Amino acid sequence: MPQYPQVLFKNRKPDRVATLDEYRESGGYQALEKFVGGAVSPKEIISLVDQSGLLGRGGAGFPCGKKWAAVPESGAFPRYLVANGDEMEPGTFKDRILLHVDPHCIIEGMVLSGYSFSASKAFFFVRPSYESSAVILERELEYARQAGFLGNNILGTDFSFDIVVHRSGGRYICGEASALLNAIMGKRPNPVKPPPYPTEKGLWDKPTVVNNVETLACVPHILRNGPEWFKGLSATPHGAGTKLYGISGKVNIPGAVELPIGTRLSEIIEEYCGGMSPGSEFKACLPGGASTRFMTREHYDIPMDFEDLKKIGNRLGTAAIMVFDQKTCLVGATLNLIEFFARESCGWCTPCREGLPYMRDLLWRIENGEGKEEDIPNLRRLCKEVWNSYCALAPGAAEPVISLLDFFEDEVRQHISEKGCPFHAKADH
Amino acid sequence: MLPDELKLKLEKMISDAESPREKAIDVMFEIQELQGWMSDEAMVEAAGLLGMTPLELEELATFYDYIYRSPVGKYVIKVCDSTVCWLEGHQSIIDYISARAGVPMGGTSPDGLFTLLPVCCIGYCDRAPAMVINKRVYGKLTPEKIDRILDKLANSAEFHESE
Ligand SMILES: Cc1cc2nc3c(=O)[nH]c(=O)nc-3n(C[C@H](O)[C@H](O)[C@H](O)COP(=O)(O)O)c2cc1C
Ligand code: SF4
Repeated sequence: MPQYPQVLFKNRKPDRVATLDEYRESGGYQALEKFVGGAVSPKEIISLVDQSGLLGRGGAGFPCGKKWAAVPESGAFPRYLVANGDEMEPGTFKDRILLHVDPHCIIEGMVLSGYSFSASKAFFFVRPSYESSAVILERELEYARQAGFLGNNILGTDFSFDIVVHRSGGRYICGEASALLNAIMGKRPNPVKPPPYPTEKGLWDKPTVVNNVETLACVPHILRNGPEWFKGLSATPHGAGTKLYGISGKVNIPGAVELPIGTRLSEIIEEYCGGMSPGSEFKACLPGGASTRFMTREHYDIPMDFEDLKKIGNRLGTAAIMVFDQKTCLVGATLNLIEFFARESCGWCTPCREGLPYMRDLLWRIENGEGKEEDIPNLRRLCKEVWNSYCALAPGAAEPVISLLDFFEDEVRQHISEKGCPFHAKADH
Repeated sequence: MLPDELKLKLEKMISDAESPREKAIDVMFEIQELQGWMSDEAMVEAAGLLGMTPLELEELATFYDYIYRSPVGKYVIKVCDSTVCWLEGHQSIIDYISARAGVPMGGTSPDGLFTLLPVCCIGYCDRAPAMVINKRVYGKLTPEKIDRILDKLANSAEFHESE
């Protein structure tokens, strides 16, 4: 198995969190000393991150440097940073593992990000089932304060910046950046459509940047080693950096691995997940979480990066790869996915609140032998109509459904003609 | 109604925040820690501390999975029913817990110890099938493992599995 450079997982231990000292021994907090301690211009940080080609790891792939640069120089104070650790999309768990591997890498990234656009406070947003992560983080934040890397007058400079852990009450929509800001402010977390963008008017109408946890963790490494180094980590000429892939489902060893971005799917499964589970053959996967499209065997060798997946009409999303085998009923899997989305709809807009339960109902009927021929065009129509929704949740929910119809229409039709699930009799899962 | 000690703690928490209602979830979590759920009286008192109307707090309480507006057992067992756990047989896990603890989905056991609820993906897909009890996660569930966990919980309020 090829050994690739480990950057975010460099300090990974089998059963414990890396300490502050271990992080420092591996080069940690050097970027902070050089940039904040040396009072290098904050603009320099934004420019280096921009040159590195770092794309947001939270799903949308937005260029990180561009987002920071969008905070207006004349913008009001105080300014805020939010680390999005909600991670509630089915299949996604990489940020939790990163936090349990090397929390200081995230903390340093947050301080550097805050310094770059003159923020004074950050919120780390964390879901209830990650309470153990929240506890680890709070403990390590205290160590960082004691070492002078966080809090008032960081490293003796006049830059002060602190991080608080904000616990969520638990709902998927809280991960959507604008709903997240409402959640932090103690308002009902419905999304808000820009403009104004949070970088201009976010938390309490002050400039606010929202970034994914993994995105922020890349920052210290970029600043310490340079943007060209970061680009060179990629397996493809157009990508940049390493990527945390979270693989689950029918593979031998599910888990999170750090690989050059653009590593081929076949290599990820065969080399780093011990291949498919015994008796399982690859049928399809969702390449980037629940709101991406089923990808068939045809693309088994695809480089897993933003651009290559876009080329085939799919998305890298959060790089949470859920693997399904030949024994899995994909109508059943899609029904399960749409149940998740229908339940997690925040209820704000009609196409999502009403459309998703309708899609679930049609899929339920097909799976349970009550499906009709006309359900297929009806599902297709609904997949289009949910694009009229207020936020990206509902269009994301339609992705597995439309790809089920595009790539597995025969399987859907078989359910209808045989009046039931053909997998039910033989299924052993 | 709330003990003075808790009230002081909550007031301190709220005064450290940028704005009082930022702490709404934390306040409700603290109250639930004490009495398990958010009663109408607790809602009124919490809203008062947060500078919100009870209705504004209700908007939040009814939105979130981990805030309970009706009584729950000492241990709230939430079994993940999203995709990867589904793939790994979450239904048999639910059936097993339900039979063993004598509690139907959505119900509380007669001894008031366990409440059983469904929950969407808890972010432990690498350890499916998984569940969360109060805020602790247990993965790679088997009937034997569930027996061990439930036995220990029934015997000790302090039990923590090192996962
Ligand atoms: C329904 C929904 C849920 C989301 N959940 C998350 C999440 O849990 N974590 C995350 O980082 N981004 C999530 N996002 C994406 C965020 O809106 C936002 O793009 C991201 O946090 C920005 O960070 P990045 O630029 O570093 O990727 C979600 C988006 C939607 C529409
Ligand atoms: S699309 Fe769904 S989640 Fe988004 S605002 Fe509308 S109802 Fe809420």
